[in-house]
Amino acid sequence: MANQNNGTGTPRVKQGMAEMLKGGVIMDVINAEQARIAEDAGAVAVMALERVPADIRKDGGVARMSDPDMIDEIIATVSIPVMAKARIGHITEAQVLQSLGVDYIDESEVLTPADESHHIDKRQFTVPFVCGATNLGEALRRINEGAAMIRSKGEAGTGNVVEAVRHMRTIRGDIARLKGLDKEELYSAAKDLQAPYELVAQVAELGRLPVVLFTAGGIATPADAALMMQLGADGVFVGSGIFKSGDPVQRAKAIVEATTNFDDPSVIARVSRGLGEAMVGINIEILPATERFAERGW
Amino acid sequence: MLRVGVLALQGDFREHINSLSSLNVAVQKVRNPEELKTVNALVIPGGESTTISMLAQRVGLLEPLRKFVKDGFAVYGSCAGMIMLADEILDGRSDQETIGGIDITVRRNAFGRQVDSFETDLAIKDFKESFRAVFIRAPWVERVGSSVEVLATFKTENKEDHPVMVRQGSLLATAFHPELTNDNRVHEYFVQMAKSVSSVNS
Repeated sequence: MANQNNGTGTPRVKQGMAEMLKGGVIMDVINAEQARIAEDAGAVAVMALERVPADIRKDGGVARMSDPDMIDEIIATVSIPVMAKARIGHITEAQVLQSLGVDYIDESEVLTPADESHHIDKRQFTVPFVCGATNLGEALRRINEGAAMIRSKGEAGTGNVVEAVRHMRTIRGDIARLKGLDKEELYSAAKDLQAPYELVAQVAELGRLPVVLFTAGGIATPADAALMMQLGADGVFVGSGIFKSGDPVQRAKAIVEATTNFDDPSVIARVSRGLGEAMVGINIEILPATERFAERGW
Repeated sequence: MLRVGVLALQGDFREHINSLSSLNVAVQKVRNPEELKTVNALVIPGGESTTISMLAQRVGLLEPLRKFVKDGFAVYGSCAGMIMLADEILDGRSDQETIGGIDITVRRNAFGRQVDSFETDLAIKDFKESFRAVFIRAPWVERVGSSVEVLATFKTENKEDHPVMVRQGSLLATAFHPELTNDNRVHEYFVQMAKSVSSVNS
């Protein structure tokens, strides 16, 4: 905007965008057709990527930012926000995604990290970022770097919700432990969390993160989505769970309805009927440490 | 007595509830036709209008919401809520249903994508001081019917003036999000509106 009084890319504008997504489902899509299915099903946004995490796992190799042509096509197809993933620390991929006009960048551990010690300085960008976290300290370090939204990491591409539950419970538990601490104790907590004192004090006061907290990684059924909402998520990312299932159209709709009505078991029961096969899934214990995405990032 | 419902299907309904709670009115969530029956004013929050419209359809709320508007209860919509209250939308999904009620044509995502989202000081009719307005992938109004009052406009880069806050009778809509600020004046304005409407209705 020409008028300097009109600020684009302010923290309020970036974090406010995530507020609008709350109570919604963000779906991984790999082409325009899937994007349209997601929009028709009531997704609040789509995540454009070349391979869903289950295929990244299966195929191996280096996973990178998607082809700009594919992102353009998805942007042209749907009216809802389009997100895309950049590798951890890959400043240039993020710059390219911003220039393409994506609405949110996911600096994601699902892609192969580009930098082993630095995340992107997200404050330099107009486009907002979402980042993964497994605990409160990690979430606050990302927020300090400018992330406007956090998602619990879970273990993407497994169809197994156990890690998503672990990470959401850890984040919520870490927050609960800050309650009632006095100032000296908060300084000490900030040291333990390896996070800035100001953010730690803010979390203690609010009783929640200062930004929207979604959940991700392994959500495969309507009940999984509702469970994560009951555990305190503001909304849900679903990756492989939809388009790796038997009936993506019905499953996508069902997960949307379950996310809205997460505290009404009769709705969850109704939408869980006749969905066909869920994605097969992987048990986390048999995943070698090198194949665990959640351990990427710090 | 005024009981304000906030449509809580998707979006930033928590922020609207917070803004209203400080105004000394009873506030509750509305997620189904039964809960709509217990309120006499309604706020439709920001969010994704396609999602809100679809969920409203699935829980059978669309017709009851239209009746609520027709019955003359006060309704306020911000951003996606403005789209839901518009009689006509541009750049929506072809099958996107709205509640309607305000005789306006609204263009979705009119300002552009998220990188174009912004905040600015906005002059609002009858407000003594400007209002910090947050526009997020916001719509604007392209056509205004004769019975619609324009309360605020925004001048775009190519000098076009677009209405971003309108009122028609008991219905109020903003393209921006007052619920994302600590300034409660728009919510106060709506509560005053709702109080005068409900006294006529009862």
